[in-house]
Amino acid sequence: MLQDFPILSALIAIPVIGSLLILILAVRETATNARNIKYIALVTSLLTFALSAVLLIYFDQDTADYQFVENYSWIADYNIRYHLGIDGISVYFILLTTLLMPICLLTGWETIEKQLPTYLVSFLLMESLLIGVFASLDFVLFYLFFEAVLIPMYLIIGIWGGENRVYAAFKFFLYTLIGSVLLLLGLIYIYLHTGTTDIPTLAAEVPKMTLEVQRWLWLAFFASFAVKVPMWPFHTWLPDAHVQAPTAGSVILAGVLLKIGGYGFLRFSLPMLPDASSYFAPLIYGLSIIAVIYTSLVALMQEDMKKLIAYSSVAHMAFVTIGIFTFRATGIEGAIFQMISHGIVSAALFLCVGVVYDRMHTKEIAKYGGLVERMPVFALLFMIFTMASIGLPGTSGFVGEILVLIGTYGVSKLTAIFAATGVILGAAYMLWLYKRVIFGEIVNPALQTISDMNMREKCFMIPLAVLAIFLGIYPSAVLDDIHTSVQNILQSRHFINIEMKEDAPETITITPDE
Amino acid sequence: MAGDFLHIFPEIFLIVIAVIMLITGATLGNYFYSSVTRISALALLLSTILIIFSGTDKATAFNELFISSAFTVFIKIVLVMAGAVVTFMYLEYNKSSPSGFFEFPILVIFSIVGMMVMVSANDFLTLYLGLELQSLSLYILAASNRDSLKSSEAGLKYFILGALASGIMLYGISLVYGFTGTTNFTALAKIYSNLADSDATLPLGVLIGMVMVIIAVCFKVSAVPFHMWTPDVYEGSPTIVTAFFAAVPKVAAVALFIRVGLDAFGGLIDQWKQIVMFVSGASMILGSIAAIRQTNLKRLLAYSSIGHVGYLLIGLAAGTVDGIEAMLIYLVIYVVMSIGMFGCLIFMRRDSIPVEKIQDLAGIARTNPLFALAISVFMLSMAGIPPLAGFFGKFYIFLAAIGQHLYPLAIIGVITSVIGAYYYLNLMRIMYFDTPVASLDKSVGFGMKLILGLSVIFNILYFIYPGPLLAVTKFAAAALF
Repeated sequence: MLQDFPILSALIAIPVIGSLLILILAVRETATNARNIKYIALVTSLLTFALSAVLLIYFDQDTADYQFVENYSWIADYNIRYHLGIDGISVYFILLTTLLMPICLLTGWETIEKQLPTYLVSFLLMESLLIGVFASLDFVLFYLFFEAVLIPMYLIIGIWGGENRVYAAFKFFLYTLIGSVLLLLGLIYIYLHTGTTDIPTLAAEVPKMTLEVQRWLWLAFFASFAVKVPMWPFHTWLPDAHVQAPTAGSVILAGVLLKIGGYGFLRFSLPMLPDASSYFAPLIYGLSIIAVIYTSLVALMQEDMKKLIAYSSVAHMAFVTIGIFTFRATGIEGAIFQMISHGIVSAALFLCVGVVYDRMHTKEIAKYGGLVERMPVFALLFMIFTMASIGLPGTSGFVGEILVLIGTYGVSKLTAIFAATGVILGAAYMLWLYKRVIFGEIVNPALQTISDMNMREKCFMIPLAVLAIFLGIYPSAVLDDIHTSVQNILQSRHFINIEMKEDAPETITITPDE
Repeated sequence: MAGDFLHIFPEIFLIVIAVIMLITGATLGNYFYSSVTRISALALLLSTILIIFSGTDKATAFNELFISSAFTVFIKIVLVMAGAVVTFMYLEYNKSSPSGFFEFPILVIFSIVGMMVMVSANDFLTLYLGLELQSLSLYILAASNRDSLKSSEAGLKYFILGALASGIMLYGISLVYGFTGTTNFTALAKIYSNLADSDATLPLGVLIGMVMVIIAVCFKVSAVPFHMWTPDVYEGSPTIVTAFFAAVPKVAAVALFIRVGLDAFGGLIDQWKQIVMFVSGASMILGSIAAIRQTNLKRLLAYSSIGHVGYLLIGLAAGTVDGIEAMLIYLVIYVVMSIGMFGCLIFMRRDSIPVEKIQDLAGIARTNPLFALAISVFMLSMAGIPPLAGFFGKFYIFLAAIGQHLYPLAIIGVITSVIGAYYYLNLMRIMYFDTPVASLDKSVGFGMKLILGLSVIFNILYFIYPGPLLAVTKFAAAALF
C-alpha cells in the first residue's frame, strides 16, 4: 500500500495546501488569526517533516534505481513528463529541507510582525519548490522548481531583510536568473537532440554527444550551478544576500539553496557530461582552491558576523565542488556529506547570530564580547557549531572534509594540499570569531542585561547540535544510503576509463567505518 | 457564390450589429450606452460560434481574395474573445467614472472586423482594406478622450505615423504588382516557385516591394525601429483603450506578419528572415532596456509590449511549424497577461482619481494585498519566471529558435529576459518592499474581479494542464504549411 502512495507528490502538496489555508484565513486580519496562521504553518511543516521521515525509513540503500517513483504524462506533445523519484543523492537534501523549515518558522516566531501571512506562505511555498527541485526526474520539471524558488526568496530578502535589502534581493534574483537561463538554453539543446527530458534517459543518452558539444553544454550548466553553489568569482551575491536576509532566510539559503548547485553538478553535469566534466575538472579545482584560500582570508577580516559565516560558506562549498570533481567515490561521498553537514552547521550558525541579533539588533562583532558570562547555554551551543564548522574530529564537519581530502589526494596532490590550508584558515577565523564574541570582558554595557536562550530557541538549536555530533560519530548512517547511488554515477562507463588511465593505486572506497 | 458568404458570415454579422448599434446610439443618444456596450460584447462572444461554424478547412472565397483556414479561425477567435472581454471591461470602467461613449464598443467592433478581414486576406487589396478599417477605428479610439490634450496628441501621432506606414505599404504593394502583375498571394506563390524552378533571379522591384510591406507590418506590430509611436499612444490614450491596443490589435498585427511572411512572400523567406531577425533582436533589447527608466506604468507596459513582440518574432524567424505554434501559444498567454495587467491598471485609482505612476503602487501589498498579488503574478509571468504561463510562452519560442540554430537570437532572448526581469521585479519591489503611501480604491466590481481572477488563475495554473492549448495551436499553425 505504501508503495502506491504518492509520497513525493504529497510532500510537495502539503505545504501548498497549508499556504492556501493561510491565505484564506489571512483575509480577516485579527490577532487570533495571526496566531492561528502561525500554528498552521508550523503544523504543516512538521507534518511534511514527519512524512519525509517515512521516506528515509522505507529507503532501500541497496539499489541505485530511483525510488518512490511517480511518472505521469504532462506535456505530452513534447514528451515532457511529471516524473518524480529519489535516490541516495537526493534523499538527504529533501530531509534537510523538511528539517530546516520548521526551524525557520520558529526562529521568526516572535520577531516577524510585518506582512506575516506573506512570510509564512513564502516559506511554505519555498519548501514545496525545494522538495520539487530534489525530487524531479524530468529536466523541465526540475527547471520549473529550480527557478521558481527565486520568487519566495526574493520576497523574503526584500520584505523582511536589513537596511540594504532591496539591493541584495535584486542581486540575488538577477545573478541566479542569468545563470539559470543559460541552463535553460542547454536544456533545450539537449531536448532537441534527444527528444526527451527524462533525467535517467538523458544520463544514458547525453554522454554520447561529442566532446565539443558536451563542453558547451557543460559551460551552460556550470553558469547556473556555479552561481548557486556559489563558486568564486560568482559568489558576490551571497554575502549581500546573507547579511540582508532575515535569520530564517539565511538559514534556508545556506542550509538548502546553496546545495542545489552541488546537487545540480551531481545530477546533471557528472552523469550527463562525463567527458566535459573531466575536461573541466582542473578549472573547478582552480576556482575552488582560490575560493578556499581567498574567501577564508576575506572571512578573517569581516566585522559582521553574518558576513563572516557567509564567506565561510563559500569556502566550505568549495570543498564540495572539489570533492564532486574528483570522480572518486570517496570524494563525491565526502562532498555530499559535506553538503549535508554544512546544511546543518551553517544553518545553526546563522541561527546563533539570529539569537543574539534578536536581543541586540546588531551583527557587528565588535559590539559583542564576554557573552559566556551572561549566556552560558548559548556559548556552549555556539561552540559545538563552531567546532563542527572548523571540522573537529567527532563533528560532522570533519567527516566531509577528510573524505574530500582523501579523494582529492588520489587525483591531484597539489589540490589536496591547497585545499587543506582551508581547514587551517577555517579554524583561524571561526575560533577568532568565537573568542571575540564569547570570551573577554563585557565591554558593551547593553550586554549586561542580555538573557540566555529561551525554550523556543533551545528547542530548535539542541536537535541541530545533537545531529552535528551524531553525524560526526556515526557518519555511516548517511554514507550507507549514499553509497550505491554514487557508485552508479561513477560506473557510467566514462569515469572508469579515467581511473584506469591514471593508474591510481587506490580505487577502493574508503569510508571511516571500514 | 453563396458558399463564399459563409466564410465571411461572422464579419457580416458583426458589421450588421455594429451598424444597428450605431443607429440606435445616434437616435437614442448616449443614454443607452451601457445596453449598446452589453449587446456589442455579447455579439462579439456570439461571433465565436459563427467563426467556429465557418469551418477550419482551408478554403478561398471571392476569387481567391479571401482565405479561411484553421489559422485564421484561431486568430479570429482570440480577437473576438479578447475584444468581448475589453468591451465588458469598458462597462466596469465607466461605473466609477460617469462618462461612457456608446461609440466605443462600436469602434471596437469595426476595428475587429477590419482585423478579421486583414488576417483572412489572400490578396494585398483585401489586406489593405482590412488594415485601413482597423487602423482608422484605432486612431479614433486613441483620441477618444476629447477633453485630454494627451489623448488628442496620441490619436494624431498614431494617425500620422500610421498613415505613413500605410503609404509605405501601398507603395510596396504597387512595386510587387508592377514586377509580378498580381497582388494575389496564391498567384505570387506560383511566381516564386516558377522562379525557383527556372533558376531566374528575383526582380529587384519585388524585393524592394517586399521590404516596404514588411516595414509597414513592423510598424503595425510596433517592432524596433518602427516602434516610436507605441509609448506615446499607450500613455496618451484612455487606459481602457490602451488595454484594447495591447491585447487585440497586437494579435492581429502579429497574425498579419505571419500571413504576409509565409503566404504573400512565402518564397522569399530567406530574404525577409534577415529583417525579422534584426527587428526581433532589436525589439527585445530596446524593449527591455528602455523600460527600466520609465516612471509611468502605461509607458512601461508599452516598452514591455515591444519586448514581447521581439520574442514573438523569434518564432517567425524560425519559420517552422514549431515556431508558429510557439508564437500562437505566446500570443494567447500574452493576451491573457495584458488584459489582466491593464485590468489592474484601470482600477488604479486613489480617491476616485486614476493614477498611473509606478510610485503610486508603493506599498500596496499592505493596503491592497490581493491587488498586489495579481499584479505580481502578471509581472512575473511577463518576466517569464516559471511556473507561470509566461515562462512556457518563452520556452516554446526558444525551443523553436534553437531547433533552427538561431543561437544569437536565443541568447539575446534569454539575456534580455533577465534585463526585463529587473523592471518587472522593480514593480514588485515597489509594491512589497516600499512603505505604503496611501491605499488605492478598493471598489472593484464583481465582473472585473471575475476577469482579473480568471487571468490570474490562468497564469498560475497553466502549467498543470498545458495540453489543450498546445493541441489547438498546433492544429492552427499546421494550416499555414
